[in-house]
Amino acid sequence: MASTASTMTSTIPMTAEDKWGGGNEPMRASYGKLMMWFFLLSDAFTFSGLLLAYGALRMSNDAWPLPDHVFSSFPGGIHNAPLIFVTLMTFVLIVSSVTMFKAVQEGHRENKNGVAFWLLLTIIGGLTFLGCQAWEWNTLINKEHMTITTNPFARHTENGVYLEGDGHHIKPGDTFKKGDSYMLHKHNGEWVRLKYRNEKGEVKLQQFGPQAFGQLFFTITGFHGFHVFSGVVLLLIILINVISGVYVERRNGYEMVEKVGLYWHFVDLVWVFVFLCFYLL
Amino acid sequence: MAKVQALDYDVDKYLEEQGYDDHFHEHEHGDKYKVSFISKYIFSTDHKTIAKQYLITGMAWAFIGAFFSLIFRLQLGFPDMDLSWLRPILGGWININSEGVGSLSPDFYYAMVTIHGTVLVFFVLTAGLSGTFSNFLIPLQIGARDMASPFLNMLSYWFFFLASVIMLLSLFLESGPFAGGWVAYPPLSALPQAMMGSGMGMNLWLFSLVFFVVSVLLGGLNYITTVINLRTKGMSFWRLPLTVWSFFVTAIIGLLSFPVLVAGFVLLLLDRLLGTSFYLSDIFIAGEPLHHVGGSPILYQHLFWFLGHPEVYIIILPAMGIVSEVMSTHARRPIFGYKAMVYSIIAIGFLSFLVWAHHMFVSGMDPFLANFFILFTLIIAVPSAVKVFNWITTLYKGNIHLTVPMLFAIGFVSFFISGGLTGLFLGNAPIDIQMHDTYFVVAHFHIVMGVAAFFGMFAGIYHWFPKMFGRYMNQTLGKIHFWLTIVAAYMVFWPMHYLGVAGVPRRYYTFDSFVNFSQFDTLNQIITIFAFVGFTAQLLFAFNFFYSIFYGKKVSERNPYRANTLEWSAPTNPGHGNWPGKLPVVHRWPYDFHKNGSDYRPQYVPLDPDERDVH
Repeated sequence: MASTASTMTSTIPMTAEDKWGGGNEPMRASYGKLMMWFFLLSDAFTFSGLLLAYGALRMSNDAWPLPDHVFSSFPGGIHNAPLIFVTLMTFVLIVSSVTMFKAVQEGHRENKNGVAFWLLLTIIGGLTFLGCQAWEWNTLINKEHMTITTNPFARHTENGVYLEGDGHHIKPGDTFKKGDSYMLHKHNGEWVRLKYRNEKGEVKLQQFGPQAFGQLFFTITGFHGFHVFSGVVLLLIILINVISGVYVERRNGYEMVEKVGLYWHFVDLVWVFVFLCFYLL
Repeated sequence: MAKVQALDYDVDKYLEEQGYDDHFHEHEHGDKYKVSFISKYIFSTDHKTIAKQYLITGMAWAFIGAFFSLIFRLQLGFPDMDLSWLRPILGGWININSEGVGSLSPDFYYAMVTIHGTVLVFFVLTAGLSGTFSNFLIPLQIGARDMASPFLNMLSYWFFFLASVIMLLSLFLESGPFAGGWVAYPPLSALPQAMMGSGMGMNLWLFSLVFFVVSVLLGGLNYITTVINLRTKGMSFWRLPLTVWSFFVTAIIGLLSFPVLVAGFVLLLLDRLLGTSFYLSDIFIAGEPLHHVGGSPILYQHLFWFLGHPEVYIIILPAMGIVSEVMSTHARRPIFGYKAMVYSIIAIGFLSFLVWAHHMFVSGMDPFLANFFILFTLIIAVPSAVKVFNWITTLYKGNIHLTVPMLFAIGFVSFFISGGLTGLFLGNAPIDIQMHDTYFVVAHFHIVMGVAAFFGMFAGIYHWFPKMFGRYMNQTLGKIHFWLTIVAAYMVFWPMHYLGVAGVPRRYYTFDSFVNFSQFDTLNQIITIFAFVGFTAQLLFAFNFFYSIFYGKKVSERNPYRANTLEWSAPTNPGHGNWPGKLPVVHRWPYDFHKNGSDYRPQYVPLDPDERDVH
């Protein structure tokens, strides 16, 4: 075909339809950042799967303990401070997101020392959060004896009256309503389960709380803690790279800081949902 | 039909004059394409080599899986046959009784069914199909030097390899591989004491699949970002070949569904290893209650099928893309309804997330909830039917070349229709409750996503073999392969519908205790015989494949099919980087066949002054 041969030699300018010029970034993100975004999207689905499992198992159990009752310890032997400690943890983690943001900002300004300084603060924030989590787990496991097979925290599923006391808060004759929280204690290594009489006149023992509570708590906060830990390790590697000047000569500058920043913010965001499900609802 | 002129375009001239110079050879980052022997053939970062690694690993698994199916088909068709001759291969899996007659051990029957399902679904039709063709075609068809991250791409293959090795090891355990079905429902998968394969076999199965998920995610991240960011000049989304569209949507589906499986597996692992009871409750073994309380096996089923259903679209969408491309090229016709095809792919991808519980109609879920899943399941028939209609219309009045890839593409459509129609039966809870866990289901999914996806894969292999290896596969052997396979596949799976309607349950080792089913003995024998015919045809294919790699007819021209897509503008064996010089620039969609009097116009050919790129 003659016309084809003639057009071969002349350059036809791109038409208006040719919006795609190649080599640029349609979502204004480099492929590396896109990869991180899509990875986070997939990770969000993993957490969603776990949290939906949480919802399903929780909804199937009447005796599910109230978070206000479970999470009420604070360092220094304080036992009636509901959600105070976890609020502190959450605050630390959110502040570490702010410092991460500052590190990214300094990266855009190509300020090596600034990046290093704010990264260091972020790492400290992450480690503090992990430390808090370790304290919380330790309290639950060693002081309050919650494990993946035994859960001392529960709620009454019927109205009733105690027939014996535990020597602390509960005296014989105390009444309770459906939905009231209670916690089982160990004395000399033995679980103490109090006798009570329900409205039908049946005499029963206090039951352990649903196993699933502890199992889900350790699994999901553990999975999140593992993410925080990985984030701290990544931040340390990036920090070393920043200090040794690896990013000074890179074409994309401090983009690595930005990418790990995306991850860090995501981990914080996931914590907000974990916090919501385990502590607030 | 208008007179057309078969043109040969001078590719090099177009590339030189119209091409886009990305200064490939001046860049320092060209370094990442440096090759030594090991990095060329083993730890290669070249997407073309990785694709071949996926393909050959997938083929190896296909033969292992198919071999297992032959053995359990022997058990189903000829339960009294003496299998002692298999003892040298299968060892303790064959029981020899006091009279010296060998029979397949029931435990290993279940193990083989399980491993057949697992490896065919995950290793062959996911890694072998989308792993191979996404890797091979995405960079070549969008005009990119390689994937966005060649290194992660290499890791993706090696994670798959690791998963393969672990799965293979599990076959050699004394207690056998996992035997509780490819869906791995608890309690069989959660309690190590539940059955023979539930101990170490299940541990290895789980670890293997976790590595496999990592592989899928690394691959998927690459496919998605590569399609978004690395398209060459002019390659807008509406000019992507349908192959790339389907790989793109497949990768997105995988990226969003596999993580939920990970969540399910995390809980399953904890149930197994730490004694939690996420999926377990009120279980008695030998009269003794286990300590597990409060869990729900249905929870696992939800988490599993949230992956499990999208997974079947992960399998079928790449095959659909390949078929569209092959049909259009070999019928010399623009694909009919390009945009409708793209919207259908997207719609199928989206809807695939809303139908998972149609696998669970008999699990005791709320019948009211089932309505929702019935509705969306039936809606998927709409985009699927649009695609079928478009394939048939593409062939209508086409100049059909019945080449081997074309035959397989047509076979794909045939199977997709046959299997899709029975999907409408099973998508309805009232019918599914009758049909559930019968051979009707086995027939349905084998036809619609097993055989159909294999036909798409074969179409792709025959079509792109010259591009992969620089030689042709033997066409006569290919045609014999096609005819034997299509006849055998229909003869294996079509009678299974009758079995299923009559209520014959799947996964049963023997039907001795069901007098009623003895009427199907002959039918079962016929099925088994045709399974052997089908397997023989695949041996022929394997021979053709490996023979042709070394001794096939050499490809003498760069674009042997006169196709329009960009992979044919690169030299046959271009080395890492795909185009030795400039990258092609795209001026039109990929299906300009038979336009303005010319037989075909590759995407790199500029528009005529009076021509517009409308489709």
